[in-house]
Amino acid sequence: MKNLKLLINPLNNENPITVQVLGICSALAVTVQMKPAIVMALSVTVVTAFSNLIISLGRNTIPPRIRIIIQLVVVAFLVIVVDQILKAYVYDVSKKLSVFVGLIITNCILMGRLEAFAMSNKPWESFLDGIGNGAGYGLILIALSTMRELLGSGSLMGYQVIPESIYNLGYKDNGMMILPPMALITVGVIIWIQRSYNRKLIEK
Amino acid sequence: MNLQVMENLFNLFVRNVFTENMVFAYFLGMCSFLAVSKTVKTSVGLGIAVIFVITVTVPVNWLMENYLLKAGALKWLGPSFENVDLSFLSFLLFIAVIAAIVQLIEMVVEKAAPALYNALGIFLPLIAVNCAVLGAALFMQEREYGTIAEATVYGFGAGFGWALAIVVLAAIREKLKYSNIPAPLRGLGLAFILTGLLAIAFMGFSGIKI
Repeated sequence: MKNLKLLINPLNNENPITVQVLGICSALAVTVQMKPAIVMALSVTVVTAFSNLIISLGRNTIPPRIRIIIQLVVVAFLVIVVDQILKAYVYDVSKKLSVFVGLIITNCILMGRLEAFAMSNKPWESFLDGIGNGAGYGLILIALSTMRELLGSGSLMGYQVIPESIYNLGYKDNGMMILPPMALITVGVIIWIQRSYNRKLIEK
Repeated sequence: MNLQVMENLFNLFVRNVFTENMVFAYFLGMCSFLAVSKTVKTSVGLGIAVIFVITVTVPVNWLMENYLLKAGALKWLGPSFENVDLSFLSFLLFIAVIAAIVQLIEMVVEKAAPALYNALGIFLPLIAVNCAVLGAALFMQEREYGTIAEATVYGFGAGFGWALAIVVLAAIREKLKYSNIPAPLRGLGLAFILTGLLAIAFMGFSGIKI
């Protein structure tokens, strides 16, 4: 029951993006289309879960003064593995993500969860916390990229979903949605919607 | 240094402050950008610290890239090293350099300028995980700057652009404290929308050819 909470809480009440303000940079840059967004969400989930697990296993032996460097090295190692796998199997997506795979290292979700959770909890719980937070991050990424791809280029996952006949009636894709600033405004709107349903998250 | 080189460097600086602003064009360093921009005073402190760290780390990482990591970069060790390509290690080395330099700067500032150290406080160590710093190093690698002067100016410009952005947002948020905003939008939600509007404004610079 407690473990289930670790998985569910980050989806809404403690969402890494809309509540904890972690991992914003990558969330905004990779959400023009759904495919890179999904790949990014999976990569972050894998890295968060395993770095949480590794750091939690060593939490009693890591000297506190140099813990940040150790955490960064563990994360960097996992990111290199993920980056090489992406380059080998989904090269075109990996090209599109460009520096953002490397930037998973400094994705604040990782450091935030390592510091706040993995350093003081058992390995299995930390692993679940990593999966939960990765999923919470992925949820926002997918919501964001669905809106941006559908309104911005009329397609989902690269397939045209808005039929030609509607375009013939005069419908046009909203070019603004593809531009980076609209990602920020869309996240703002998502936060607005989430908080008007979940009123205990409202800031004073 | 002749005039053309100077002009080139100046253009690089202006381009990285305005048209290729770290925050508004690439969304780097967003987390601390949104979390710390509540008052102008703290954001000025963080801004200065970021300028300082990026200006130091980009040239150092440029040296790493050109004399250690790039394909053929180890030529200076002898002809047998000509084919060595260590570029897959760049994330690890860049982040280690950044963490080490941040630690070093922290110790030097603590000894040499205690007043500045107190003003920066917790921000200095936190910069190690600011994605704008690693992002600048990775962009430097991707764009293949030719000289160390270019890399330094790029670093300074990128840091300056970031600092400018956070101070602007903080100033707006301070004013907004007295406005009547719909409750669910208060705080974070509005900060996102404001940043989006600012980013649209900054896109106006992208028409400028330099």
